[in-house]
Amino acid sequence: MQRLPKIMLAAASLWLTAGAAQAEIKLGSVLSVTGPASFLGDPEKRTLEIYVAELNAKGGINGQQIKLFVYDDGGDANKAKTFATRLAEEDKVDAMVGGSTTGTTMAMIPVFEDAGIPFISLAGAVQVVKPVKKWVFKTPHTDTMACEKIFEDLKKRNLTKIGMISGTDAFGKSMRDQCMTVTSKYGIEVLHEESYGPRDSDMTPQLTNIKNKAGIQAVINPGFGQGPAIVTRNYRQLGITVPLYQSHGVGSKQFIDLAGTAADGVRLPAAALLVADKLPDSDPQKKVVVDYKKTYEQKTGQPVSTFGGHMYDGLMILVEAMKRAKSADKAKVRDEIEKTRNFMGTAGVVNMSATDHLGLDLTAFRMLEIKNGDWSLVQ
Amino acid sequence: MAEFLQFAFSGLTVGAIYALVALGFTLIYNASDVINFAQGEFVMLGGMVTVFAVAAGVPLPLAALLAVAVAVAVGVTLHRLAIEPARGASAVTLIIITIGASILLRGVAAVVFDKGFHSLPAFAGSEPWQIGGAAVLPQSLIVLVGAGAIVAMLWVFLTGTMLGKALIATSANRLAARLVGINTGAIVGLSFAVSAAIGAIGGILMTPITLTSYDVGTLLALKGFAAAMLGGMGNPIGAVLGGLLVGLLESFGAGYLSSQYKDAIAFLVILAVLFVMPHGLVGRAGVERV
Repeated sequence: MQRLPKIMLAAASLWLTAGAAQAEIKLGSVLSVTGPASFLGDPEKRTLEIYVAELNAKGGINGQQIKLFVYDDGGDANKAKTFATRLAEEDKVDAMVGGSTTGTTMAMIPVFEDAGIPFISLAGAVQVVKPVKKWVFKTPHTDTMACEKIFEDLKKRNLTKIGMISGTDAFGKSMRDQCMTVTSKYGIEVLHEESYGPRDSDMTPQLTNIKNKAGIQAVINPGFGQGPAIVTRNYRQLGITVPLYQSHGVGSKQFIDLAGTAADGVRLPAAALLVADKLPDSDPQKKVVVDYKKTYEQKTGQPVSTFGGHMYDGLMILVEAMKRAKSADKAKVRDEIEKTRNFMGTAGVVNMSATDHLGLDLTAFRMLEIKNGDWSLVQ
Repeated sequence: MAEFLQFAFSGLTVGAIYALVALGFTLIYNASDVINFAQGEFVMLGGMVTVFAVAAGVPLPLAALLAVAVAVAVGVTLHRLAIEPARGASAVTLIIITIGASILLRGVAAVVFDKGFHSLPAFAGSEPWQIGGAAVLPQSLIVLVGAGAIVAMLWVFLTGTMLGKALIATSANRLAARLVGINTGAIVGLSFAVSAAIGAIGGILMTPITLTSYDVGTLLALKGFAAAMLGGMGNPIGAVLGGLLVGLLESFGAGYLSSQYKDAIAFLVILAVLFVMPHGLVGRAGVERV
């Protein structure tokens, strides 16, 4: 007799959730929460959970609660594809925000394209939205834009002849290649190129060659991880005086900690989020980034990262599209995402169109200079 | 000339660290025929424990001492719990055990410490000195002098003390050593302790220059192993020579030829040397004892 009420309770709760599911928006996500790309997936997952809980507390979207389906692919593209299939076929999600890396995103694209589910990716590479795919969008700026931002700054300073030292890891290589495609657009000439392995501990030989090459007016270092910190230290050790530009790949406090005083004077393009508190009050982006930063840091107790910001942007673009579509209908939501105009996100102003599923321009990046161990905005 | 000196100092600094790793390989190999692939993890422990102890407010010298003690404890534990019980197993089995131990140590370090990169302040300032047109960090000289001092101390230990001589005897002929009353098991344990200490000191010295993280050991073990092979496995002088040579090859390769292929250049030269001298630069030909 003891067991009967329990079973009835279980049955009742099952029936209840089934009933509630009718009025729910099913939101799927596959993120690299663990593994080598966990620095991307972890803040993305936290952001997603914080804001979905907040939206639900406020009554959901169009009166419907959001139900999350989050999977961790561990940075593995094969796993990502399996989870994507599960989201599409078993969980039957209405939309998808996720894909921490370019690798996992590219593996998932065919699944969501076939199923006709709106997919907002958080991956960096430009291939995700170029060529344009009907159901796929992305929020982070691309490597090419980082390069263009650097080149723009170089032109302002009348520096056109540069040296380049890049990491041979995926990030460094991709950004170096992207930079090369836009050099002519800005009249930049690369006089000398060097590279280093991602685990190298000394880059003085490469930098000595750059130092000895006559006519170099600035040096760019596309790289990620500890490599750029060592390059920066060796750069000062050798007493090279021309300006050094790092990429958005080092946009974290850790870079300044590792490079120490050598980081002073280094310039880099970075998202506004990094300098949220330093933006002038007149900056239209200030409110968004400060609010996000405050919420994230309060809820998680960890410093904000631009990667979590990409998730914030993706989620909010989707939410607004659903509100405009007044439903979670996949095709309508897709059309509304494409019509996103003047959306202010942590990455910048988003203006999507049928030919541009990213919608960011160069204003998304701010040129920063490191001064006395802290970021400062270059005017 | 200035650039030659710059490349040379860069190569010697990196090479001195490879040499210390190679020295660790050599000591354990001599005493037990085991190639200890967890050697790189001793270097990692040296750096990481120091970094975290300093961050916790321990003064640097004390933190360094603590790091060496931790590494030695890990080395001795590794020997007691993993190598000693498998005594009598083939050398290949023992090597596989050390590879397992290195993966375990790396995993534990990732959890106990973290996965980020860390640095220590340079011991003697970070203003480079100008030597013949080359900019050299004082820390580079500390690494070189430190490595030199370790080699000298090891030399004195091996040739001037009873324990050291017992170690040499064990490496020369284990059975004979046992017959004259040397506790060879303890000697192998000692070789693990000394190797761990050497690795840890290397790790502490290099951290201000090269930074450290939970997984720096893998690559260092690989390079140190290559250095030991190049010099002649089992020969301490060969280990030092091999380490410095690999470091120099890398920096000259990167400086004069191509930074894209610098690792390939270093390994090509090593292969070429081993084709001509299969026992390494100063290694002796292995004689099968009957």
